[in-house]
Amino acid sequence: MTTPTLAPPQTPLDVERVRADFPILGISARGKPLVYLDNAATSQKPRSVIEATSTYYEAQNGNIHRGVHYLSELATILYDETRATAQRFFNARHAHEIIFTRGTTEGINLVASGFAQSVLKPGDEIVLSTLEHHSNIVPWQLACERSGAQLRVVPVTESGELDIEAYHQLLNDRTRLVAITWVSNALGTINPVRDLVNAAHTRGIPVLLDGAQAAPHITVDVQEVGCDFFVCSSHKMLGPTGVGILYGTEAWLDRLPPYQGGGDMIDTVTFEKTTWARLPSKFEAGTPDIAGVVAFKHAMDYLDRVGLERIAAHEHEVVEYATRQVQEIPGLRVIGTAAQKAGVLSFVMDCAHPHDIGTILDSEGIAIRAGHHCAQPLMRRFGVPSTARASFYLYNTRDEVDVLVSALHKVRSLFA
Amino acid sequence: MELGALYQEVILEHNRSPRNMRELADASGCAHGKNPLCGDEVTIWLQVEGDTVSDVTFMGNGCAISKASASMMTQAIKGKSRAEAEELFARFHALVTGTGSATDQELGKLRVFSGVAKFPTRVKCASLAWHAMKDALSQASHSKTDTRDATP
Repeated sequence: MTTPTLAPPQTPLDVERVRADFPILGISARGKPLVYLDNAATSQKPRSVIEATSTYYEAQNGNIHRGVHYLSELATILYDETRATAQRFFNARHAHEIIFTRGTTEGINLVASGFAQSVLKPGDEIVLSTLEHHSNIVPWQLACERSGAQLRVVPVTESGELDIEAYHQLLNDRTRLVAITWVSNALGTINPVRDLVNAAHTRGIPVLLDGAQAAPHITVDVQEVGCDFFVCSSHKMLGPTGVGILYGTEAWLDRLPPYQGGGDMIDTVTFEKTTWARLPSKFEAGTPDIAGVVAFKHAMDYLDRVGLERIAAHEHEVVEYATRQVQEIPGLRVIGTAAQKAGVLSFVMDCAHPHDIGTILDSEGIAIRAGHHCAQPLMRRFGVPSTARASFYLYNTRDEVDVLVSALHKVRSLFA
Repeated sequence: MELGALYQEVILEHNRSPRNMRELADASGCAHGKNPLCGDEVTIWLQVEGDTVSDVTFMGNGCAISKASASMMTQAIKGKSRAEAEELFARFHALVTGTGSATDQELGKLRVFSGVAKFPTRVKCASLAWHAMKDALSQASHSKTDTRDATP
């Protein structure tokens, strides 16, 4: 098991020691040293997470909550240890308020489906924002189709920040839920979630926070921020793919109906009537990705050991440096200039389309995202079909930014 | 990675100065192509007289590969019969997916797109305008009288 730097929070992150924990950072891509700047899409995994996965299959694999044998008991203990870790990591009041999902998308679908079935009536409203990822738009559209409710959308300003005044005006007696992102995946904007929650709660409106881009970078305290639901994905926070977390307050999770029926989520089954298991099992039908959940604990442990505050400070420094450097490139425009931003740098160039930028950068071993970032309404807001996006994490360096900038000059010399 | 094989000078030149990039009034066929992966879009208009494509134009928003491909497609298709246009598309598609020959003489200048085959993520960029052209062509054969409904 690898242990990253243990140091008091005021010391900066030792990026070389962190990098040594991530085996993939040593590979070559297209014959060049890999420069991985697509962390908003998925993060790389430290050795401790990779080893936890193989250890699980080599020595711990059994089905959970089933058998009385050694392996089933062991797997169950490990699975629930991750739940306890997540409870601490996100500061939930109860461990059973943490539901394991396949990811952020499934978490939102679970809540949206429950709302459509048990809460929403024709004429009700759900408030979203222009910043949302498609996964926090489409499930609500489906819920609206089923229930007759409607979506109301908070606009964003030219800098990519929420129009807070418009948000307040959209909240009314018909609003049944606010579903909003904490950090924009496409622009990096960090929303003032505590204020958003307070404003909604004043009117008795519950709030779901899409934390897919927040959990990897920001200390999330669900009780402090006061949200009713919080969703995120393991794979963006150093953990395995296929695992995510839905946090919901006990009151809300008790109120919502089950999402899927099956094994593990029942109390008693007869053909006449089935009663549901208690939380969290009520929402965890079927055999989950046990290995993924078990390894996810090691991702949260790693983030804890390095410290999210130190990670955020490091990312801030790298993204500020990158922003300064790219703005020297003629014809390059940064999209998303919010005062509060996570480590995301979205941009367009007048000489080259994002796809072409992506291909040129790829030939230099640099991984960025080129496209609409599953946020087409937001792209439309800024009048572009797509952007190029570099997104940074704890293992990225200023040297990597320099490689990026020199490749962007190459793009310019080819296309301008 | 052979970037030069992808971004050949002819392609870069068409990207900078695309040909036939305009709407076509009273077109006999019009179709819209979209790449949901990147959000790129292209619209193709074509005029068919008898069995001949007498004019073909495009508008759209896309990368260098898709824009140059649309531009060069319009040049290649103009004056061809329907059957010839479809035959050319088949050859072009084979070229960019790597199943055809990079020395296919029938393709003429379009052979500059042979490098696309080595970039699987860019095949859709190169073929987007061609798919739309084929749709526009089949539309032209179905509604020769009124085409205004067909505008996306």
